[in-house]
Amino acid sequence: MTATQIVTPKTAAKDVEKDVSMRKQKAMMAAHYDRITGAPETGKKICCTFVPGNLNELIMCFDLLNNLPEVNAIQSGLRRVSGNYVLEAEKIGHSEDVCTYVKSDIGMAAKGNIAPNGKKFPDPDVLLLSYTGCFTFMKWFELLREQYKCETIMLHTPYMGDGKITPNMVQYMVKQLKEEVIPKLERISGVKFDIDRLREYLKNSVKAEDNLVRVLQTAKSKPSPIDAYFGGIYYIGPIFGAFRGTQDAIDYYKFLRDEVEERLASGQGPVTPDGDMGKEKYRLVVEGPPNYTNFRQFWKMFYDEGAVVVASSYTKVGGVYDFGFRHDPDKPLETLAEYCLGVYTNRSLPMRIEMLTNYVNEYAADGLLINSIKSCNSFSAGQLLIMREVEKRTGKPAAFIESDLVDPRYFSAANIKNRLESYFQMVEQKRAAA
Amino acid sequence: MPTTSEIVAHATRLFEDLNFNSAREWKAAKPGRKVVGYMPIYVPREIIHAGDMLPLGIVGGGDQLEVIHGDAYYQSYICRIPRSTVELGVSGRLDFVDGMLFPSICDVIRNLSGMWKIMFPQVYTRYFDVPQNYRDEIGGNYYIQELAELRHDLGTLRGSPITDDELRNSIVLYNENRRLVREVYTFRAEKPWQAPAAEVYLIMRAGHVLSVEQHSDMLRNYLAAARAEERPRRDNCRIVLTGVFCEQPPLNLIKSLELAGCYVVDDDLLLVNRWLTTDVPTDGDPMHNLALAFLHHSESTAAKYEPDLKEKGQHLVRAVKRTNAEGVIFACPSFCDPALLDRPMLQHVLAEAGIPYIAFKYAENSGQMQPIREQAGTFADSIKLWSGQ
Repeated sequence: MTATQIVTPKTAAKDVEKDVSMRKQKAMMAAHYDRITGAPETGKKICCTFVPGNLNELIMCFDLLNNLPEVNAIQSGLRRVSGNYVLEAEKIGHSEDVCTYVKSDIGMAAKGNIAPNGKKFPDPDVLLLSYTGCFTFMKWFELLREQYKCETIMLHTPYMGDGKITPNMVQYMVKQLKEEVIPKLERISGVKFDIDRLREYLKNSVKAEDNLVRVLQTAKSKPSPIDAYFGGIYYIGPIFGAFRGTQDAIDYYKFLRDEVEERLASGQGPVTPDGDMGKEKYRLVVEGPPNYTNFRQFWKMFYDEGAVVVASSYTKVGGVYDFGFRHDPDKPLETLAEYCLGVYTNRSLPMRIEMLTNYVNEYAADGLLINSIKSCNSFSAGQLLIMREVEKRTGKPAAFIESDLVDPRYFSAANIKNRLESYFQMVEQKRAAA
Repeated sequence: MPTTSEIVAHATRLFEDLNFNSAREWKAAKPGRKVVGYMPIYVPREIIHAGDMLPLGIVGGGDQLEVIHGDAYYQSYICRIPRSTVELGVSGRLDFVDGMLFPSICDVIRNLSGMWKIMFPQVYTRYFDVPQNYRDEIGGNYYIQELAELRHDLGTLRGSPITDDELRNSIVLYNENRRLVREVYTFRAEKPWQAPAAEVYLIMRAGHVLSVEQHSDMLRNYLAAARAEERPRRDNCRIVLTGVFCEQPPLNLIKSLELAGCYVVDDDLLLVNRWLTTDVPTDGDPMHNLALAFLHHSESTAAKYEPDLKEKGQHLVRAVKRTNAEGVIFACPSFCDPALLDRPMLQHVLAEAGIPYIAFKYAENSGQMQPIREQAGTFADSIKLWSGQ
């Protein structure tokens, strides 16, 4: 029997149009990867953690470099190397049924652990298991702990099952921070915790958060100057990654806001990889992560039809800011707890339905589209009920497509395109009937 | 005294009854009685019982339930238990259930708690979170508050608060029940031919629908009957079955393992029956006692974080040693994140300990047992032929 092989295209991709902000973002990410891979020379220590519940401000207090395995898996997906990593992980015993972020990460390590800049990732010094909104996280870091034999710190975020944050939840998290997370990070890093330093970072976070929210909310205008899903992924990169709390993030989000407001003022739509999108025909709210292995092809299916995503849940996975939450420097540990508790996948299903319903209404969308991800039960389990409920509450049509995060075997372009075309016809019919 | 076949026949009727008639009868027997359902892997049933309510274990629909509506709620790549549970709900089979608890086990069951709130708004529904931090003053305090909320809510459902004395009384009954459950497991590990795995499963499963008092009686009777009856001993190997803690394997799968030459001498089926590994103290604050028992004396499973790398998977090695098992069978439900993500780590631990294992997947409605029988049979043969070499 011949082993499965993932074939990657040999031809170079066509040049892609990018906003200046997108190029700036790319440069920031590249610089961060250089910092991580340069750690053996600079003596910096590496802390791995997750995007939801990412405590970047706290990590920086200990002079640690934040390396996010999910982001690495995304990078592998975008560079079309994740498929072979996933196969590698399956070859060494990981089930075909489980999260492909995990398998991409483990397969990457098995294949030499090469970062997007072509240099080797150093082993982590600590795994900060911020257990927020996703069961897989716990197993992922248990697997990495087995591999790297490094210290692992659990920070358990209770789930908002009843749709509220209780004082008990916050106290539990603050206690974990005070008595587990901070002392261990102090010991591992050799840096004493300074709460005022944390406060300063948190002040920085607020500035970036304000500008991100403004950027995302410009999509309420018609036409929308941004695509809040495909473009939104670029926008959230720094704040969900290793930059929240930094001056770099403040500068980036100020620059991004100015750029987007300029587009807004001149009535322009979003920039796509093929240039300006042209006439906005459909306004969608999207639930669920995107596919990364065929990201550009996926996006093209939307902009070719004049469809722009005006709001998405995925851009809230590393923090929900558009309902008023901001990091509060006056209560630094409590605010970290509230941030973790509030991320999108830590919200109950009724909360998610309410949020998506609001988006459809407030962003004057034509409907809801769900991209259901095979890998991600945290997002995917219950999405069919979400679809029906949002449809019922808004009176707008909803549709369902399926793909995967970084496993190319689950991206069926023809299937997705067919469904999208049918959906746009449905939107047209609904409009005609109205 | 009833015979094993009479007891097992009773347990089988309970198992096959997808309308939960025995629980319905329990509820109808006294006005005002309530039934509170719970899913795997653990809820403190003592609190439900203390509120004069029947804790009802819901572990999916098995292979006899035709899932018609449930599939419309889930994609093909989600495991089977939530869709058959939804089927039980929308088909009215749970229309007598007043509350549902969804424990912290995985994202699918977690999200099902929210679905239940929307689909069955008249039912008291709670996601039951447990701490992943096991220090008394951190995870313990958090958990005591969570238990207090549950106690308060169930008191409201009943119409009067649950008292400490009621809780202590329930703890006594559940301590007794867990002792009997452990006794059955110990007996089976000693003489697995006297307590076949499928029988033990049915007897344990009965504890999901019977009151604790009725179940303890059943366990006592079964132990007495099984000890008294001589059964033929096969030349089987002895295995620990693991991964089966949530979605249930079909009964035929359990039977197939023994037919294929593997005596099951330990397993992680229906863990709620023996989640707490020692008696919960009956003096002092009952909530505090329940919390500490969870933190320090509860089973290890994939849904719990293991803070110590050296301890990871050792529960399985200990189970093998304790029961004189010769190998481990990983039977995991398809698309089960906890079981499948944990499996490679556990396998590494077993490999280091020199314990042989095999692995396969199933769904609660798997029909074809031949491949499993062949795999288990080959495993049994290899143990018989090659162990000790």
